[in-house]
Amino acid sequence: MRNTAIIFRRELSGYFATPLAYVFIVIFLVLAGVLTFFVGNFFERGQADLQSFFSFHPWLYLVLIPALSMRLWAEERRSGTIELFLTLPIRLSEAVLGKFLAAWCFAGIALALTFPFWITVNVLGEPDNGVILASYIGSWLMAGAILAVGATLSALTKNQVIAFVITAAAAFVLTVAGSPVVLELVRGWAPEGLIRAVATASLFHHFTTITRGVLDLRDIVYFVSIIAAFLAANALLIDLKKAD
Amino acid sequence: MLDIRNLVKHFGPLVAVDGVSFTVPRGEVLGFLGPNGAGKSTTMKMIAGFVAPTAGTAVVCGNDILEQPLAAKRHLGYLPEGAPAYPDMAVADFLGFVAAIRGLRGAERKSALARIIEMMRIGEVLDQPIETLSKGFQRRVGVAQALLHDPPVLILDEPTDGLDPNQKHEMRSIIHTMQPDKAIVISTHLLEEVEAVCSRAIIIARGRILADGAPSELAARSPRHNAARLTVTAAAEARIRAELARLPGVASVEKVDASDATALLVYPRDQRPIAAEIAEFVREQGPGVTEWHVEQGRLEDVFRAITTPAAEPAEAEPVRAAA
Repeated sequence: MRNTAIIFRRELSGYFATPLAYVFIVIFLVLAGVLTFFVGNFFERGQADLQSFFSFHPWLYLVLIPALSMRLWAEERRSGTIELFLTLPIRLSEAVLGKFLAAWCFAGIALALTFPFWITVNVLGEPDNGVILASYIGSWLMAGAILAVGATLSALTKNQVIAFVITAAAAFVLTVAGSPVVLELVRGWAPEGLIRAVATASLFHHFTTITRGVLDLRDIVYFVSIIAAFLAANALLIDLKKAD
Repeated sequence: MLDIRNLVKHFGPLVAVDGVSFTVPRGEVLGFLGPNGAGKSTTMKMIAGFVAPTAGTAVVCGNDILEQPLAAKRHLGYLPEGAPAYPDMAVADFLGFVAAIRGLRGAERKSALARIIEMMRIGEVLDQPIETLSKGFQRRVGVAQALLHDPPVLILDEPTDGLDPNQKHEMRSIIHTMQPDKAIVISTHLLEEVEAVCSRAIIIARGRILADGAPSELAARSPRHNAARLTVTAAAEARIRAELARLPGVASVEKVDASDATALLVYPRDQRPIAAEIAEFVREQGPGVTEWHVEQGRLEDVFRAITTPAAEPAEAEPVRAAA
């Protein structure tokens, strides 16, 4: 566990050693603002909630989270540091977990920096802060799930661009599987059970459940299981392919 | 301290390492020699626990790298090929990270860092990101990382690559000072380096060990071992060659270089020492011989003879002049 903390610290400070952290945070905040106020009609809705803010998170993460996860292992491979890293006296699980937690924590920092939205809505009216807190937690869990997928896919290649593209594609599939558009499309011919299975397997479905203000244990279990499963796959892939 | 047991590595149909075994006791610096692609780096990666062997294992201070990888890695300092390090990190942060992972804390950590910074002379670049360093500094940071925890077993893959001659010399003296209480394996392309720092050399090609011995022993396998090299005046060249060839201990006389008639190599019969005979001869010749010495044999010749089987007859058997 101590090693996980050491790796976590190195990785997290690594984000801030390059412009990546600042570029990411600025783009994230600007996009979140634009989507919320202009596309989401935050003011016109006349409701004191952050629904229009959170509803765009799945789409925002689709593009931005792969940019965070793409470097996790691909960069280690490219620069050859993976050989240095994995010949230190650490367990593979500590390496995988430390890296993931650092990226997740960074996503959490970016998310926390959206607090002006929360202040704004509290100044303008009296929102249900419980729902907002649940939505923040849901959003962070969703970011973690996409990060875990991205970390695993990043372990497959030494090319960060490839890691980005396949992670974005995978996240797109995971997200839209449950979106109303896709569900409408298949409703005509697919059996009801399949539709429900697809919908409940999607990030979108679980995230929207949470943003409605219901922090159901099942949704949390869903996200945590996605994270755990992909991190296990990540460790397995690294173990099998670390020297390739 | 380091026990390599029949390591084998296959990459698909390619056999990269084919049954390599050796042991390195404390106090030995083992030079790992071989042409590119011979399996040197793959062997070192297996010892360091990065590449899983197809068969065989390595035991570091009693810890099997497959069964107790963490314990084995704790006793090992490893410099991977190319000395990789996190390019965005400052040198001090990078060494701090390695120290933390190596479990160094408090005063112990401080003294270990101070010792290594002094030893590797990297004090002036501590705050620089590693990617901005010269190749020489990057290499030294890589070696510093491997030595930080003062490991009993050191595996250094090309520790002097990219260093200038002064830095090479420095690195070799560092290896020398560490030699008494460590088992050290270095790989290198530089044969002079093996002669300068190694107490033992292993030549590997196509994944197999082809020679194993002290560098001087290996050099003695050279056809030039015990040959005498004479520089003569151009005027006396033909006569001296003829007279040399008639000496009882001499097998053949050759030009060192076809374009230069004044440098002669005198091969003794059966590689027996002929220094006394040649000394006597040189005294008789007077000013006709301007310089001479006895060759120890060149590791380079042995290396080429061993690692290029097709060229072996030509390399090992010098074309004899009329005796």
